[in-house]
Amino acid sequence: MREQDPQVRARNFEEVPYGYTPEEAVEEAKRCLKCKKPSCVQGCPVNIDIPGFVGQIALGNFWEAMKVMKTTNTLPAICGRVCPQESQCEGSCVLAKKMEPVAIGNLERYIADWEAQQNECVMCEMKPRTGKKVAVVGAGPAGLTVASDCAKMGHSVAMFEALHKPGGVLVYGIPEFRLPKAIVEREVNFVRSMGVDLQLNYVVGKLKTLDDLLQEFDAVFVGTGAGKPSFMGIPGENCLGVYSANEYLTRSNLMKAYLFPRYDTPIVRGKRVATIGGGNVAMDSARTALRLGAEKSILIYRRSREEMPARTAEVHHAEQEGIEFNLLTNPVRYIADEKGWVKAVECLRMELGEPDASGRRRPVPVKGSEFQIPVDTVVVAIGNSPNPLIAQTTPGLETAKHGNVVADPKTGRTSKQGVFAGGDIVTGAATVILAMGAGRLAANSIDEYVRTGQW
Amino acid sequence: MLKKQVLSPGIKRFELDAAEIARKALPGQFVVLRVNEEGERIPLTVADTMPDKGILVIVFQEAGKSTKLLGSLNEGDSILDLIGPLGRHSHIEKFGTVVCIGGGVGTPEIFPVARALKQSDNKVISIIGFRSQDLILMADEMKSVSDELIVATDDGSNGNKGFVTDMLKKVIDRGEKIDHVFAVGPVIMMKMVSKTSEPYKIPTVVSLNPIMLDATGMCGVCRVDVGGESKLACVDGPEFDGHKVDFDGLMARLRTYLPEEKLSLEQYEAAKPKGGCCGGKGGCCA
Repeated sequence: MREQDPQVRARNFEEVPYGYTPEEAVEEAKRCLKCKKPSCVQGCPVNIDIPGFVGQIALGNFWEAMKVMKTTNTLPAICGRVCPQESQCEGSCVLAKKMEPVAIGNLERYIADWEAQQNECVMCEMKPRTGKKVAVVGAGPAGLTVASDCAKMGHSVAMFEALHKPGGVLVYGIPEFRLPKAIVEREVNFVRSMGVDLQLNYVVGKLKTLDDLLQEFDAVFVGTGAGKPSFMGIPGENCLGVYSANEYLTRSNLMKAYLFPRYDTPIVRGKRVATIGGGNVAMDSARTALRLGAEKSILIYRRSREEMPARTAEVHHAEQEGIEFNLLTNPVRYIADEKGWVKAVECLRMELGEPDASGRRRPVPVKGSEFQIPVDTVVVAIGNSPNPLIAQTTPGLETAKHGNVVADPKTGRTSKQGVFAGGDIVTGAATVILAMGAGRLAANSIDEYVRTGQW
Repeated sequence: MLKKQVLSPGIKRFELDAAEIARKALPGQFVVLRVNEEGERIPLTVADTMPDKGILVIVFQEAGKSTKLLGSLNEGDSILDLIGPLGRHSHIEKFGTVVCIGGGVGTPEIFPVARALKQSDNKVISIIGFRSQDLILMADEMKSVSDELIVATDDGSNGNKGFVTDMLKKVIDRGEKIDHVFAVGPVIMMKMVSKTSEPYKIPTVVSLNPIMLDATGMCGVCRVDVGGESKLACVDGPEFDGHKVDFDGLMARLRTYLPEEKLSLEQYEAAKPKGGCCGGKGGCCA
């Protein structure tokens, strides 16, 4: 797919890939081998009917393609942009063994964007009203999936979101250049068009507890995500100019600090910005730093390139834009100037030892290898843990050691009758599509529960 | 907004129509609001509630652009977003004798705490401090919930010169047993109050006001060092043990955006019509 020139895009917040032309989309779709047992569908956590929609695109039937899409996925413009296709649908594509797999993600994105340009939109088939009420806590990817699926099944759905905009990580975390906010808004509006009542600025656990909700609703889904940022606990982490990735990205994305002072929320526009971590959030932060005007955006990651959890495409984009990678490097302390601002990060060189619990080779510090990197801003992107608010205010809801809500991976059922959970609050920080997959499973078991009353 | 009052220059009191929050909010908690689409998320302590009328009261001091913009709103205007109640509420019980200290605009915030303590059968000695007599706030209200009220001014213009810490020292030194201190005000004041009470081992609770963003435990900007542990003021606080708080670290972090705040304010002032938002007629530009 054609993309903005790396030199140019590294200084703006516009989307990086341009998207297919209709001709390109049809041509790409025609590469699909129409496998009898489509392994791409198995590779997808929500089992999207991939051959169905790709086949329609190949015939030039875009409207039909979108109809097929919406039977299994109500958020295609988002999935097409942020799913790790290379390890899911595209990674399972038969063509991938010999050559390039069918660009399923690009096609998904194309068809969703095509629909957005039309004057009408494909509506989902809605089952008759059941009279059952479902509450969804958190309007992120998991919550949106549960809400749309339950609405399709005929249940009344109320969704509660603590922030002032729906979308969860899609609006506060993922930058505009990777997922334009107008697209999230459009897909959220689609979910609302199915009759889902969305209440913003509503903190469940404070305004109403889960037990309050259970008085009003037949079932409650908790999809409050993993919002609490982790820090390394090294000296100097509280000095000025040291951000959590969540703060940095929330300022820039949700609060539009990159448009300061037109928008009131400020952000530090560092000249030398170090991002700590190797996941997608780290890539997003390092690339945001460039776009905010950094002369140097430096990534510091303690393992090697192979162990990086970020998507290949994002690592590639970051490299093209000139992010400087410091691999096998681990921060040990931050050094502040006389005013308390960070001026350097002291690091240790690492080498890889035996595999650890994650199956990746464990990074081991090289003795005496301390060195300093001069910086004026640091973004710590080493992960998040579940938001504790619901667990703290809900007696009887079983949680695991990091505060994750314990839920059956097949049904989303928790230890509390009528309460389901899914997404990052259960698994810890993961991907958008896994959260949607958990949402899909939970919606099906919510449907079964509210119809039968069997727990 | 149902009602707007100017309490003293630059300090405004709003009564907001927010029934659900008003029914739930307890002393010590806060709300976050956003005036308009371009606005910041502004955290403000709940100054009072009238649950039966569905009214939430906020009191704030106009300092930067965002609070000035908020202050320019008038009765009947709407605030785009209002979220709350957030944070943990004050721990209120029968301690015995408590001293409630409010510094400047911290006074409206200590008021609901003092009232709750009084209702829980404590002997409440309140100390409120201001720069000068014309800035004194809520003295009558504080008096109504206190067994004793001491009003101090930095310049002595009300006839009682001194800082709240001087008054606290006097109260302690007159030999009465003090069981608890609650303090809300500027960080430096809360630091000095904590330092004053520490040698006497009087448990002291302070309400911290670090920079906040989402205020629901997600961004980590409001982290403060409390007894060597990193705590989030938005979900673990905002009240903490004043003897354990790293106030200097908090003060440093509050300076993060000074240049940006200055720029924002300058642009806002330059764009404002002459004579202020109300054309010099109403009370909003006082």
